[in-house]
Amino acid sequence: MDLAGLIAFNVVTGIATLCLITIGLGVIYGMMRIINLAHGELMMLGAFTCIIATEAGINIWISIFVLSPLVVGIIGLVLERTIIRFLYGRILDTMLATWGMSIGLTGLIVTVFGNNVRTLANPAPSFGIGAYSTSLYGLVIVAVAVGALGSLFALLRLTKFGLILRATMERPGMAAALGIKPDTVYMATFALGSALAGMAGAVLAPISGVSPVMGVAYITRAFITVLGGGAAIVTGTGLASMLFGTIDELVSFKASPVIGSVAMLMTAVVLIRIFPTGITGRFLRRSL
Amino acid sequence: MSDHNQKLFGRRTVLKFSATAAISALAAPAYLRQALASETIKLGCIMDETGPLSLEGKPMVQTTKLAVDELNAAGGLLGRQIEMISYDTQSTMQLYTQYAQRLALQDKVDVVHGGLTSASREAIRPIFGRAQIPYFYNTLYEGGVCDRNTFCTGTTPAQTVNHLVEHGLKNWGKKTYVLAADYNFGQITTDWVRKFMAAGGGSVVGADFFPLDATNFSSTISRIQSTAPDFVVTVLVGGAQTGFYQQWESAGMKSKIPLASNVFGLSNEINSMSPSTTDGIVTCYGWYPGIDTPASKSFVEKMEKQFGGDLTGMSELDVTTYDGIMFWAQAVKKAASLDREAVLAALESGLSYDGPGGAVSLDPATHHTIRSTYLGQPKDRKWQVMETFAHQSPNDSGGQCDLKANPRLNKQFTPVI
Repeated sequence: MDLAGLIAFNVVTGIATLCLITIGLGVIYGMMRIINLAHGELMMLGAFTCIIATEAGINIWISIFVLSPLVVGIIGLVLERTIIRFLYGRILDTMLATWGMSIGLTGLIVTVFGNNVRTLANPAPSFGIGAYSTSLYGLVIVAVAVGALGSLFALLRLTKFGLILRATMERPGMAAALGIKPDTVYMATFALGSALAGMAGAVLAPISGVSPVMGVAYITRAFITVLGGGAAIVTGTGLASMLFGTIDELVSFKASPVIGSVAMLMTAVVLIRIFPTGITGRFLRRSL
Repeated sequence: MSDHNQKLFGRRTVLKFSATAAISALAAPAYLRQALASETIKLGCIMDETGPLSLEGKPMVQTTKLAVDELNAAGGLLGRQIEMISYDTQSTMQLYTQYAQRLALQDKVDVVHGGLTSASREAIRPIFGRAQIPYFYNTLYEGGVCDRNTFCTGTTPAQTVNHLVEHGLKNWGKKTYVLAADYNFGQITTDWVRKFMAAGGGSVVGADFFPLDATNFSSTISRIQSTAPDFVVTVLVGGAQTGFYQQWESAGMKSKIPLASNVFGLSNEINSMSPSTTDGIVTCYGWYPGIDTPASKSFVEKMEKQFGGDLTGMSELDVTTYDGIMFWAQAVKKAASLDREAVLAALESGLSYDGPGGAVSLDPATHHTIRSTYLGQPKDRKWQVMETFAHQSPNDSGGQCDLKANPRLNKQFTPVI
């Protein structure tokens, strides 16, 4: 019974982690149809911001929830203005450009901070589920993931900015005719996606090592989840994370972590084969 | 253009020139011998200097530089200077075979030191075997390589993992759980743990293998708790896998189940992680920076002087790299030649020297080193040596590897369970 509780907790944490690493990519892909191969490096920049700020004596929670999204959001804005905006609608070119960006960012951080793994002390204690113990930090991840999905949903559904975003996403031409500048909207979207990626990196920093090359460890999972989820950002990310996160955690526990990853990839392959446009490409099409 | 060339290098000119050259060579004036002697000896280095494995690889390249500089400052070898030709394989396996081919065919080096992971060693070892270039693998590994052209100076499970297991059986209990990197090094080392545990009357209750980019260890930490071992042995490699130690601590497991490792500490973990995460993890290596001997201290000083702030934590890997180059240099001096057969014969003549890790000798039968190993654990970002084991023999093949008696043997012995 205790063990079942521990596994359930792990499954929920696994889903939340997947959600968190995917959502920034989902925003950029869902809104702009840009495959951002520098997503992992944006997460890395968030983690670095968090670690540097914390080492400078700033409270860790402020570093995670304010500074990292802010700094990486601004970096995203600069990248969008200087590189991405010239490549809208050219999917292969954006892939190449963002891949280049990812190599450049890794190189830059290696040059400035050295190629070293840094770590951040975990701010949350452990707690027991019966005879077993686990990290309370899992709850933080779950809370952040739920919070991020919830606020994104509220932003898109309830605010005027959200309406403009959705309009531009569906019919950029018509939105432009109504006096909206798609260019500005894309810029804001890219910055928002970057900020979310930065926050994800910062949230995960205390439980994984922070190094300039950490991005590659997350990028594959994030992509699979975005593609599996489909165009609807909130629902798609949520559903795909639930599916893949559950399979990964359960199979990893029953068999081994490698088999867990294999099972997750197999599910993704089958899913994309049956629903080429992702889960929300077939179901809940009108969702966000 | 071709007319011009013909005019410049006509048959007669060439004949005349070669005749002059031949005559001068026969006359052998002193200046010419000097000119020939000034050609450098080429030492090839192939290592992951950047990428996820650079934490281990970069200090090894730095040590190679230090050793080569020292030999050159002492007048080089056979009166010639040593030139280090170094390739950075960027933690990418394909680059290993490419650069190994280049070292063998284009640079035509006299010796190669390098290879970090066991996977990379197995990729390049046959290339140097075919090219007949002596190859030194200076990284600690799963043991058992038996190849006349290859020399392994790093520690092996018969010198280290057995002591970790003994320590665990004596102090902690009979059940262990192994976490290992998912390639030949992790898998074969896990088999060693199984073998040593069984020999000591214990058992391995579970083993999990991870790809090098694994970052999430929650399911494994649950599995470990559900099997309740007395201790855990980690054979985790690379930057991403260091995340395990943090997740282990934050799950509150650190105070419940002790950890032992034969990899932890090789990539500067004691400085990059907090002491609350690292303190008390028991390791076993051929050298620790804290070893209090003049040779060990002067090695650390030399490295710090040459590389200063660029140096990120030292480990056994640096000392065994230094040993490898020194053994090769000693063999070249003894053979008074760079000829492969002569150098191999000298290397098989029972060489020994006092290195930073104490007295080391090169075992002629296995081409591995007989050296002291130490049990150590971090305390407050410093290594504490707990126990010393002198003259540890690299007996991983159980006496089956005897390259003196059977030079044509070329295989890797793995534990039989």
